[in-house]
Formats: sequence, structure tokens, C-alpha cells
Amino acid sequence: MTKVMNILLVGVGGQGTVLASKVLGQVALSLGQEVKVAEIHGMSQRGGSVVTQVRYGEKVYAPTIPLGKADVILAFEKMEALRWLPYLKKGGRVIVNDQELDPMPVIVGSVSYPEKVIEQLAVHGQVTVVPALQLAEEAGNAKATNVVLLGVLAQSLGIEPEIWRQVLADSVPPKTLAVNKKAFELGLNYKAEDVSSVS
Amino acid sequence: MKRLMTGNQAIARGAFEAGVTVASAYPGTPSTEIIETMATYPEIYAEWSTNEKVALEVGIGASIGGARALVAMKHVGVNVAADPLFTFSYTGVNGGLVLVSAGDPGMHSSQNEQDNRNYAKFAKIPVLEPSDSQECKDFVLLAFQLSEQFDTPVMVRTTTRVAHGQSLVTLGERQEGLLKDYEKNPPKYVMLPGYGRQRHPVVEDRRKALAAYNETAPVNRIEWGDKRIGVITSGVVYQYVKEALPEASVLKLGMTFPLPQQLIKDFAGQVEKLYVIEELEPFLEEQIRAWGIEVVGKELFPRIGELSPELIGAKLGDWQQEAAVAAEVPNRPPVLCPGCPHRGVYYVINRLKLTVSGDIGCYTLGATPPLSAMDTCICMGASISGALGLEKARGKEFARKLVAVIGDSTFLHSGITGLLDVVYNGGTFTTLILDNSTTAMTGHQEHPGTGCRVDHTPAPAVDLEQLVRSLGVKRVRTVDPYDLAEVERVLKEETAAEEASVVIAKRPCVLLKGHQPTGGPVRVDESLCTECGRCRRLGCPALVFKTAKPSVDTTLCNGCGQCVQVCRFNALVKEGEAND
Ligand SMILES: Cc1ncc(C[n+]2csc(CCOP(=O)(O)OP(=O)(O)O)c2C)c(N)n1
Repeated sequence: MTKVMNILLVGVGGQGTVLASKVLGQVALSLGQEVKVAEIHGMSQRGGSVVTQVRYGEKVYAPTIPLGKADVILAFEKMEALRWLPYLKKGGRVIVNDQELDPMPVIVGSVSYPEKVIEQLAVHGQVTVVPALQLAEEAGNAKATNVVLLGVLAQSLGIEPEIWRQVLADSVPPKTLAVNKKAFELGLNYKAEDVSSVS
Repeated sequence: MKRLMTGNQAIARGAFEAGVTVASAYPGTPSTEIIETMATYPEIYAEWSTNEKVALEVGIGASIGGARALVAMKHVGVNVAADPLFTFSYTGVNGGLVLVSAGDPGMHSSQNEQDNRNYAKFAKIPVLEPSDSQECKDFVLLAFQLSEQFDTPVMVRTTTRVAHGQSLVTLGERQEGLLKDYEKNPPKYVMLPGYGRQRHPVVEDRRKALAAYNETAPVNRIEWGDKRIGVITSGVVYQYVKEALPEASVLKLGMTFPLPQQLIKDFAGQVEKLYVIEELEPFLEEQIRAWGIEVVGKELFPRIGELSPELIGAKLGDWQQEAAVAAEVPNRPPVLCPGCPHRGVYYVINRLKLTVSGDIGCYTLGATPPLSAMDTCICMGASISGALGLEKARGKEFARKLVAVIGDSTFLHSGITGLLDVVYNGGTFTTLILDNSTTAMTGHQEHPGTGCRVDHTPAPAVDLEQLVRSLGVKRVRTVDPYDLAEVERVLKEETAAEEASVVIAKRPCVLLKGHQPTGGPVRVDESLCTECGRCRRLGCPALVFKTAKPSVDTTLCNGCGQCVQVCRFNALVKEGEAND
């Protein structure tokens, strides 16, 4: 069986993972291969942990990515990358927004936010840390964080940037296009040092 | 050109191509987008109905009137629609009728994970189970054909992964001009006992005819592989099986009631070991076993939650994986949004130490810490009638600290009859209607109180206060949930009264366009903060605590000011306002 590319998008409800997966799905479609996307709507979107799975290749069966099979995890929030890490294949890539959003159990003080998240991620994969919120603000709107991250993802998938730009233009509301375009370019040109394994 | 579509979009597209002219539904994850998509086709009349029973009855009327009709709902919606469903099975259709039931194994957004294939068997109607978006479209087209050919409503059953999974779909042309003649036919459509007795044998004959049809139905197929393992499966689980056991022989069933006995027997006879792999109930397994066929099913695979390729692979295959061990990561449960008008109401409820007979919607999130302000939540509408039962069990004294809490969409769905019962039977607790002018939980659908239809055309908006008064409730008050002192005063007065009362907390959902609070984020004056922890008990995601003093996440805070009212030391300040 030929290789299937597996990309997991994880974050917090409200961070724009749904738009990001829509763009990624359409970009993958341009390769002329089979594409499947799995996402969860409804309750978890209210600030809960959310995950979207995008798979493409010659033949794709399950819409969901099995444990240990994701090539890339694109994490919109740090702790969420850690939560979904068991889905990453050994040596896979984690692109992680360095933003921390406290979940309710942390806010109420019953548990604390995990420490050394990046180091824990690096034990299992190649980690790229992105100050996506800052870059989005630089582009003109904090809400464009998702598109910054797509720009960083575009660096590693080997799909023509022009295709991404086209799909993006078709997917976002026209009045946000300028900001989103800028956010995408900032992500695409962002040079991060890989955090190498600490073990 | 193939399009990437969700199962729900593909179902709507299938209905469009099948020439459907009437579509009805009540929202519910994971079915909601079906009607939202139907409403974008100008050729189709689509509606949000007040509840699922109404939706199905609208569909039944349309079918008897000669049109093809699609009705959609989540799995528990079929419970509400079960009454018309069972008898419509007796009358049969005129124009085809397809009922889409969207299940939710794993309970991503539901209160239970009932397996609705059992409804098909119970109501004696065929059920089709698509396994991807293309099949969603194709099976809906076939379902309409079967509905008219066999004179029966047909169920198309999806689950979350099919309904919300996206995969490629080839589009086709719409069939037009299918409206059938309407003829008065009481023996078929008036289910008096005498006519019902005539229809029941028709239903049994139909079941046999459908089973015979299913032996060679195009939606079933055998994929021969290694004959040492044979798997019978359906729906999305087929995809998991193919991924986990690429070598196995597979009988993929598209129509799972009534089952094709000969097809299954032949398949079973040609494989060494037979497995049935299905999510939730042993629906296929029990029927196959009843025919004396030896099969392995639920002793190996769980009856609870979703299956996955890795689960199937680990049980039967040589599945290899090198997954990292899961780290200890705090839960991230869903929460009420910053600025949500439901939040402060629960804060007040806690202050007043009220027992809350709850209901379903975003406001059910008030059950989770730190608000922890809900005692019960069973099904839509149960808050009010359940509270009456609580009062009748424990007496009027108990009712002085008892409220039923229900959302506006839920109240219109199934709260009205409960409230009428309260008036009729002398209940004295307070019903609190959280009116945020939308059906928020399922993604902001219109309802009879919003003044808008599914296609965003204007509609009459029901006046909740007048509606409640007309049921006979004399004590009716409307409050702004952002005014916490007012909410507290009114709730105190109304719960104290020994008479049925209704409080309507009215303010639109903050996620609705044009209803975000104006003004910037709240500011913390650290010098005034005493670390008392009151604001923490609001459970607002925009107030974070890196220390015992709060700080404001300015990307989340929209300046609703509920926390400002809760702080007794003026340490939380609305931008542009002085702190004294
Ligand atoms: C019988 C049934 N149908 C549909 C649903 C899905 N559902 C849960 S709550 C809800 C409505 C929520 O709207 P509302 O009562 O206005 O509360 P809000 O979410 O706006 O706070 C729906 C449609 C369900 N759980 N049960």
C-alpha cells in the first residue's frame, strides 16, 4: 500500500482549527489524491480540547488517524500537543504554537499547567516552536494565529505555496483576506530552530 | 470533478438529486448541517421544526401529499419522533420519505450512545448504513427509490465519523417533476384499529420482500481476501476493518435491516473463522447467531464507545505501533464562553443555594466546576416536568429552593407541555428560561423565537412572556442576566412565592453577530485585590490565575463585566471606568 500522509490539528475550541483543516483539506485535494478529514463539531467547540485529522494518499480508508501514525501534529496550543502526542509516529514533526491557554481545572486551581512541555514533546518528535500569536498580531489580527500556523506547516509538506495562497483566498471572508495573506507569509517564512531531542 | 464533502453535505446533495422538495429537522449534533445545506437549494422547502416529532410529521404530510421528503435528526431525536414513526411504518408513503438518524458512538456531543439500528428493526423499516460521503449521497438516492418501491419510510443511519467526516463525492443531476398525485385513501392513511389490522400484514409481507431484495442489493458486497478470516461489518467500521485487516475477506453490508440471510450464510460457509465487527450493540451479531451461524463479536469487541483501526488491528491482526506513552495532561472540558450570559445566572443560583433541575444546551456546562450548579439533566424538556416531580416527592418547602433551568430553544422544543402541567397540577417552583435568542449549543440555529427561518427569511417571533402567561402562569418576570444584583433579587422573590413562576433571563448569545459587549477587556487593579477567590468561582476562561490574583487574557476577554460585579473590592475594572 502506498504511503498515506497523516496530519493531526489540535487545539482549543474557538482557535480556528476548523478553518485550518478546511484549507488543508482543499490543498491536499489539489494533489489529485484521495483526501479524508475527520472533525468533531458540537459541544467540545466551546473552549474544549479539539482535534481534526487530515489524511491524503492514493487510497485512504479510515477518516481518523490511528495512534502512533501521524506524520505531523500541528498544535495551536502547547498542552494540547502533549495530550495528542501518542498519535505521533516516532520521529514525526510537531509544529507547536508557544501559546498557553489554561483549561478550567487549572483556572480553578485543582491541577497545574504541565511543565517542560516542549522538552517532553522533543523526546518523541522533531519540534518546531512558533510564536504564532505574536506573528498574527504582527499581521494585524490575533485571530489569524491559525493561518500563521498553516504557513509554517506549508514549509514542510512540499506542496507549492501558490496552491496554499489560492485556497486561502477562496476560504476566508474577503474582508479578512489581507491580514490572512500576511499571516500566511509570516508563517511560511518563519525560521525556527528545531528543538532536538534532549534525551 | 470530485468535491470534498462532509457526510451531512453529501446527504443533502443526495436528497437534492433525488428530487426532494420538502425537508425538515430539529438541530442536533451530528445531524445539524443536513438541513442547513438543504436550505441553500432554492428548489427545496427546508424548515427548522420545533422538535423532531413535528419534523417527522411535516415529512409524513409531505410524503402523503406526494412529495419526496427528507427528515433529519440526531439519534435521541428519534425517541421524540418515535410515535409517528411506528405508525407511519404501517401506512407507508406516497412520495418517498427518508429519515436520517445520526448516532454518536463515543458521545462526543450527546447524553447517551443508543444504537438506532434497533429502531429500524422495531419499526420494521429498512435501514441503510453509509461508510463515507459518496455512500451518503448514493444511499440516500437508493433510499428514496426503495421507499417508493416498497411503500415504506427508510432510515439512513450515520454516526459522527460518517456525518462529520469529509471525503470525495461525485455530483449528479437533480431529478425533477416527481410530485405524485394526492388521493384520499382512508384505509391506508387513517389508522383506526380496523384499518391498522389490515395494514399490519402488509408490513410483515414488506419486511420479507425487503429481506429478499437485500440478498442481491447493490449496497452489499463481498471483498474476497484470505479466507481464514471473514469479517461482516457496516458503516464507518468497514473503513477501520480495511485499514487494520487489509488481507481479510469482508462482507460489507449497506442495508442492515432486514438482513440477507442467504448471502450471510454463503459468506460464513466459505471462511474459516467469522467475525462481526460493529460499533455499539450486537445488532448484526444477534440476528446472525439466531440462524445458528457460529460467529465471534462482542466477546472480543467493546459494546461501548467508538472502534478504531488500532483496536481492531490489536485484536485480530499484526498491528504495529510505536506510540508515545500518554503524558499526564489536565483535562480541557468545554466551558461557557467568556461573556456568556448564562454564567452569572449560575453564580447567583449558587449564592442562593438552589437545587437545579437542568436541561440540555450550552447552559448544561453550568454543571461543571467551578459553577457545579446543576443537579439533573436527562433529556430535552425534562427540567420543568422533572422539577414538578421533585416538588411532589419532597413538598412545597423543598420547592422554595427549587428552579428548573431551560434554554429558549429547548423550552419551545418540549418545555411548554411541562410548564402547562405545572400550572395544571399546582407546582410552585420557579422556571428559569435562559433566552439567548438562539440554539447556541448546536451552532446557532434559528427557532420560533428568533424571528428568522432556516434560510434567514423573516418569521413571526413568539413572545415568550405572553406564551407563558397564556399557559396560566401569573408570575412572569424578564431580567437582564448581565445585571447580577437584579437576577438575585428576582430569583429570591420568585422562589419564595408559593405559586408557579417564570423568570426569563434575556440577552443574546455573545457569539451572535452584533451582540459582543462593547468596550475593552477588564483590567485588574492588583493593589485592591485581596485574593478572596470570588471571581475564580465564575469559571471564566478569560480570568487566569498564574498567582492567587487574577490576570485577564485580553485575547479572550470581551468586557462583559460580570466579574466586575462579583468583585467586592473593585479590583476588577471595566476599561474606561473609574474603580470607585
Ligand atoms: C431530542 C434532542 N434533540 C436535539 C438535541 C441536541 N440539542 C441539545 S441542546 C439543544 C438546544 C440548545 O438550545 P437552547 O435550549 O436554546 O440552549 P443554548 O445552547 O442556546 O444555551 C439541542 C438542539 C438533543 N440533545 N436531544
